[in-house]
Amino acid sequence: MGSSRMSKSLNQIVLPVAGGTALAVAVALVIANLDYGQNKISSLERRVEQASQQVEAANQKASEEAAVSDALRTQIAEVQALADKSASGGSDLTERAPQSEAGYGLGREALAAEIAAWDVDVLPDGRGLPEGSGDVFTGEEVFAEKCASCHGDFAEGVDNWPVLAGGFDTLADKDPVKTVGSYWPYLSTVWDYVHRSMPFGEAQTLTADETYAIVAYILYSNDLVDDEFELSHENFSDFEMYNQAGFIVDDRPEREYAQWSGEPCMENCKPAVEITMRATFLDVTPEDGGESVMNHAATEDTPTFVAKAASADGGGAAEGTESPASQIDPGVIAAGEKVFKKCKACHAVGEGAKNKSGPQLNGLMGRTMGSVEGFKYSKVFVAAKGEGRVWDETALVEFLAKPKAYMKGTKMAFAGLKKDTDLSAITAYLKSIGE
Amino acid sequence: MEKDVKTSRRSFLKGSVALAGGTVAGAAVAKEADPLITEVQDWASLTGVGVDEAPYGLPISFEKDVVRRNVEWLTASPISSINFTPIHALDGTITPQGCAFERHHSGAIELRKEDFRLMINGLVDRPLVFTYKDLERFPRENHVYFCECAANTGMEWAGAQLNGAQFTHGMIHNMEYTGVPLRTLLNEAGLAAAGDLKDKWVYVEGADASSNGRSIPMEKALEDVLVAFKANGEALRMEHGYPVRLVVPGWEGNMWVKWLRRIEVTDAAVESREETSKYTDVYEDGTARKWTWVMDAKSVITTPSPQMPIDHAHGPLVISGLAWSGHGKITRVDVSKDGGITWETARLGKQGDSKALTRFYLDTEWTGEPMLLQSRAIDETGYVQPTKDQLRTSRGENSVYHNNCIQTWYVDENGVVENVEVS
Repeated sequence: MGSSRMSKSLNQIVLPVAGGTALAVAVALVIANLDYGQNKISSLERRVEQASQQVEAANQKASEEAAVSDALRTQIAEVQALADKSASGGSDLTERAPQSEAGYGLGREALAAEIAAWDVDVLPDGRGLPEGSGDVFTGEEVFAEKCASCHGDFAEGVDNWPVLAGGFDTLADKDPVKTVGSYWPYLSTVWDYVHRSMPFGEAQTLTADETYAIVAYILYSNDLVDDEFELSHENFSDFEMYNQAGFIVDDRPEREYAQWSGEPCMENCKPAVEITMRATFLDVTPEDGGESVMNHAATEDTPTFVAKAASADGGGAAEGTESPASQIDPGVIAAGEKVFKKCKACHAVGEGAKNKSGPQLNGLMGRTMGSVEGFKYSKVFVAAKGEGRVWDETALVEFLAKPKAYMKGTKMAFAGLKKDTDLSAITAYLKSIGE
Repeated sequence: MEKDVKTSRRSFLKGSVALAGGTVAGAAVAKEADPLITEVQDWASLTGVGVDEAPYGLPISFEKDVVRRNVEWLTASPISSINFTPIHALDGTITPQGCAFERHHSGAIELRKEDFRLMINGLVDRPLVFTYKDLERFPRENHVYFCECAANTGMEWAGAQLNGAQFTHGMIHNMEYTGVPLRTLLNEAGLAAAGDLKDKWVYVEGADASSNGRSIPMEKALEDVLVAFKANGEALRMEHGYPVRLVVPGWEGNMWVKWLRRIEVTDAAVESREETSKYTDVYEDGTARKWTWVMDAKSVITTPSPQMPIDHAHGPLVISGLAWSGHGKITRVDVSKDGGITWETARLGKQGDSKALTRFYLDTEWTGEPMLLQSRAIDETGYVQPTKDQLRTSRGENSVYHNNCIQTWYVDENGVVENVEVS
């Protein structure tokens, strides 16, 4: 038996896990080394052997106990990790609120009339539709009056406002044209949205019949029905939209998640990298608004980055050159009428113009500010009226350039006109409109 | 004014670069004593403003550039539009309410707490109406969550478009919400009438003119959706749905209905305008994908970025940014300085919170070499933020929403930063 093995064993045994047995073995060994005479050697050797067996037994016990304490340590670590996890979970900033299964007895029963007033959504199978009907011909009239200022007389869309018609068979093209006709999967969606959220600035004012008529007209403008068509709650659910089968439920989990998971590349992930495109618009921290200038900077002078080497030539980046497109206006008033499309959602002009979410603007020039009857002005306009301030060219231009700066606290949400040409055009246009 | 600042920033850069040639390491040496130190300044002698000056304080005037901005040509009218959080100028993770992005479909409305009503109806045992005061009497919770518009980074599908992290990634904010779990309110109305909850939905809508209705599967409604009335400790701002909005953790911002007025338990999705004609994407073959609710893992470097050029001498540089995932916690963020050839793992500002913004830092050295900065987020599911190429290969080029691509900023030798696309 090697002493090295013995000392190693002893070292192990001295650990608190197996104290008693170890001490006995050590004492036995010390006794074994005393001089008891040659004739005792053989018996001593036997005893040493026994002691050695005891040591081995003790070792085994010690390692068993050590294993148990390892297991305990692992368990503690697991508990700690769990605790850490829940502490850092974020969703556990506070403990989950208690919840009484029986409820708290808060709130009150909703009345049938209240539910009827608010529960107006319409499901794809037509549930939720009120009784009524409307034909294409009526729809055209209502649409021209209430919808065309944004969506165009033929539902073709004005400026950035949504196009409602056409675009069939473009969904697989670059830049698909997604209209009610080409894209919307359910007719219920059209009815529901028009009835509830349109016209913009006058939501929830359309009757059921008007809504049926408008929807019929939108279908007509998409060539989906003929001009005799009448839509009603009775034939509604028979109508199948062109793109009804065109939708699938989110398939990112199958399509992407598995292949975009796992340890990503850290070095030499590609041989070289070049700039292929630079920002199209330079919005370099605009002071107000977000006016962009086109970026004509080319990618040619930009450096190439190569794997396993510092970057190559540090070619200077050309600054984006400013080149605001200047516009030529044919007739100032006509141009102003165009600009006024931005205002139409909220302001009416012309015969019988009524207040919308903004006051009507007939005879604006020379009019006292905040003076249109029946319109609820913001405080700043009430004050202006009190001071007898009057709309003139200068005031209008300053106001329309920065409405919120000129009339601090105005509820007019319009951000303002940036171009001087637009400002002078709209001023000319509004000037041309009499009482 | 802005131009002057930039000019002086550039000339400062030139000077400091030249200086750096001689003294690469160690602190700089001043030639003359700094009058800001040697001369008594007004603010050290005169008195400042009193405690009655600003009952509700705004940021100091020097920070007037740290504001939401919109891009006028994006939408037809600012009333149905979006603006962008100045993420380039913020640090940490919490977004102050006053500069957190807004998205309205019919403008932000003023709705008094006294006029607020919340109805729960449909397949419930007892259709109920709650007042604002009622909501305050239910047990409530606090959680930090990010709210990201599905269209965030949407303009970049077409290529590098807008020059600023604010514009490419600013349709996001991150707040601490206080509110009542939706499951508590549903339980109050009773769900026995709904029968098997597996195929049931809640339809949620707002009190504004757009109503902005969305259908949410019952499983999510019962999991972690909050009916929230406070953000960052104070009342919600008007533009974020005062007095009560829905918080739908990890899911696209459009579902976080503001000015919440009604929750209906239904046996089918309503297929509203906002979940059919909008917030859906078209694949290359013309097939459209709907119900893409979860916001996948994403990150962006906020400094340096186009609005935040490197305006200091060579030497230590802090690269910092934000990472988030609608699937849970961010576990790691890698940063590349060479357009994705080599990556190093960044330091997380703190352990990632589930479905909340995580701040990351790479503390590095810059000696004027051009860089192509990228960041790549990894979340607790093991999902790795994809490149633009990966996204386009998977989905084609006609998407509008859910662009969570790796963003590239090009930093030139002067520290000027630009939004680019790389090979």
